[in-house]
Amino acid sequence: MTAIRPTALAAAAALGLAAATAAAARDDVTIGMQLEPPGLDPTAGAAGAIDSVTYANVFQGLTRFDQNGTVIPDLAERWNISSDGLTYTFHLVKGVTFSDGSTMDAEDVKFSLDRARAEDSVNAQKGLFAGIAEVKVLDPLTVQVILSEPNGGFLFNLAWGDAVIVAPETAATNATAPVGTGPYVVSDWVKGDRIVLTARDDYWGDPVSIRTATMRIIADPTAAFSAMMAGDLDVFPAFPAPENLAMFEGNPEFRVTVGTTEGETILAMNNGAAPLDDIRVREAVAHAIDRETVIDGAMYGYGTPIGTHFAPHNPAYVDLTELSAYDPEKSRALLAEAGLSDGFTTTLKLPPTSYARRSGEIIAAELAEVGITVEISNIEWAQWLDEVFKRRDYGMTIISHVEPMDIGIYARDDYYFDYHSPAMQELMAELTRTTNPDTRGEILGRAQRRIAEDYVNAYLFQLPLLTVSRAGLQGLWENAPTPAIDLTGLSWAE
Amino acid sequence: MARYLALRLAILAGTLFAASVVIFLALEVIPGDAAAFMLGLNAQPDTVAALRAELGLDQPALWRYLGWIGGALQGDFGLSYTYKVPVAELIGDRLWVSLPLTLYALALSTAIALPVGILAAARRGGPADITVMGATQLGIAVPNFWFAMMLVALFAISLRWFSAGGFPGWADPLAALKALTLPAVALALPQASILARVMRSALIECLGEDYIRTARAKGLTRGQALRRHALRNALIPVLTILGMQFSFLIAGAIIIENVFFLPGLGRLVFQGITQRDLMVVKNVALLLVFAVTLVTFLVDLAYAAADPRLRTRR
Repeated sequence: MTAIRPTALAAAAALGLAAATAAAARDDVTIGMQLEPPGLDPTAGAAGAIDSVTYANVFQGLTRFDQNGTVIPDLAERWNISSDGLTYTFHLVKGVTFSDGSTMDAEDVKFSLDRARAEDSVNAQKGLFAGIAEVKVLDPLTVQVILSEPNGGFLFNLAWGDAVIVAPETAATNATAPVGTGPYVVSDWVKGDRIVLTARDDYWGDPVSIRTATMRIIADPTAAFSAMMAGDLDVFPAFPAPENLAMFEGNPEFRVTVGTTEGETILAMNNGAAPLDDIRVREAVAHAIDRETVIDGAMYGYGTPIGTHFAPHNPAYVDLTELSAYDPEKSRALLAEAGLSDGFTTTLKLPPTSYARRSGEIIAAELAEVGITVEISNIEWAQWLDEVFKRRDYGMTIISHVEPMDIGIYARDDYYFDYHSPAMQELMAELTRTTNPDTRGEILGRAQRRIAEDYVNAYLFQLPLLTVSRAGLQGLWENAPTPAIDLTGLSWAE
Repeated sequence: MARYLALRLAILAGTLFAASVVIFLALEVIPGDAAAFMLGLNAQPDTVAALRAELGLDQPALWRYLGWIGGALQGDFGLSYTYKVPVAELIGDRLWVSLPLTLYALALSTAIALPVGILAAARRGGPADITVMGATQLGIAVPNFWFAMMLVALFAISLRWFSAGGFPGWADPLAALKALTLPAVALALPQASILARVMRSALIECLGEDYIRTARAKGLTRGQALRRHALRNALIPVLTILGMQFSFLIAGAIIIENVFFLPGLGRLVFQGITQRDLMVVKNVALLLVFAVTLVTFLVDLAYAAADPRLRTRR
């Protein structure tokens, strides 16, 4: 026995090694995604699916987000900020090339930023670049951005997918033939079916472990479940069928993670139309909603309750859910105080996402308890954008605002909430001027309280990021500070 | 025959023109536009205006209509607003999925339905007939998406013989056919049920005609009379149903396309409508009108082939 043991051990070790070599040999991954990007140019469209494919994989910016939303250097390896906070000097990484072989330099940075803020720009987040007064090229690896006023969020703004660096020669065709500085190129796109990313051999940065990534478009939640179960896919980030998650959780072949997103899901109210222009009525609506019931019923228990328009995972988050705690009695009293003891009738327009449709039914029932009758109408996205977003022809709606750090929309006069608060606008202006992180956090706290106390909307829950993957796949983003499927850290366990 | 053809072709052209006007006007009145859809929730009004101008959405309606039809006549169907590629290319790619799928499903349903229908008619009232009637009743009643999901659960998840969906492309024809098999079966089942019942009742009706009695009196067996005389006459209603099924399947397979996540024409239209990519929607709609009219035309010709009287009457 004693003589055999070492041999057995050696054999086991050899087998283990063989298995490890076989596992290490796997360098491809098949990923499921629900929505197909309309094009692949992140600087010309708001669709999250564009970033899912291209962020960090194909295109890169001066800065970028890591999986927790922290801003880290990307194409700019370091920077200096002048003491007045107006001049940012970026030092670019040396030797960066675009996937067409051309060199990325300060001219490309100037071109990209100037293009995004130009008069005829079609950048969906043009507001990110509003404070830029001038972009100057100092030398091929140094670029200076001069702001018209200090902006404490500037480096954060540059980390968005909409702020990536593109080349003047290829900018116009990026939607169909993207050329970026990232480690992957789009090698195939079968419209409606799949997009294939292949690793570049001439990539300037850290080598990537995954050589080929196939992103397959599967819109239907049941089909997503089947494809995962049948072994057609290795991972499905933002898995669309929360009702089926338990089946994966009980199976050792799979791994389920529940992370956070930047999606604040709110019951938005038309602050400009009676009777919701009365703060007491809006407060009554807020107190009539039991968030736990909504999360359990509409999201199968996944989702974090929020009391204001801010992501709970952010260090500056303040828990204000108590301000709008479930209290139907208080709700009725407030309605009576506003002269609406018999209740009132309003519209609830629901976009096609399942969280909105399901939450809508539950909230309608809860509002009926306190005497508020809502007429639900189910509409498509384009209709929602036209009726609710553009023409403000609505009473209430349910929607997830997925843009990171978007509390600033409450300071916009032209926004669909029709909420106008000089106090909030001043807070946001102050925030922009402030660069000290602690002071910024404190201002953000005040802003969160401002909109919670004004009961602009009823804040429901933070949309979770549910991911199902095959056990053994590691390095996935568990949270989504921005819509992204970052392949650079992805690998198969050895 | 030449006059018959010319008349049919004139009707085809007239239908297409009328359809193009109706399609264009219908799409004009639906709310929302591609620019707003593409730019999302943070968009500034000036950005939306810039994109509308870039896409040509700010031009007058008549101008856009003429641009569309003028282009279409020269074979240029315009650029998709969202994908930014020629619509003709998009539709062409999808047709390579939808058309084979439709033909596959029709072949399957015909291959099943005709023998089964003939058998049931020949053995009218017998156990075979009763089984066929029961099975086809079930085939019509079962929703095809449910049947599709059952196929996936069995053949993809449990047995792992097929993948749950998707389409690998025609580079490997066998893999492509394999990918289309489950969807084709799911589509064919209800179609075959309908077709088998139509075949059966048409044949039973023909078998009661005087000419069958005459044929039997001449000394033909029941089977010979059925094959030589009844079958050909019973094919007319079957052809009608086949024509209608083809038109339905080419874009009406959207639910099955969703279950098997196939990049077919049905899903393209659905996506086009959702994203207000009206350039895609109107062209696909026009293509479908064309396909339906063309199929009707071909079915008419097939009638004429099946029934010589129809040729001389006109």
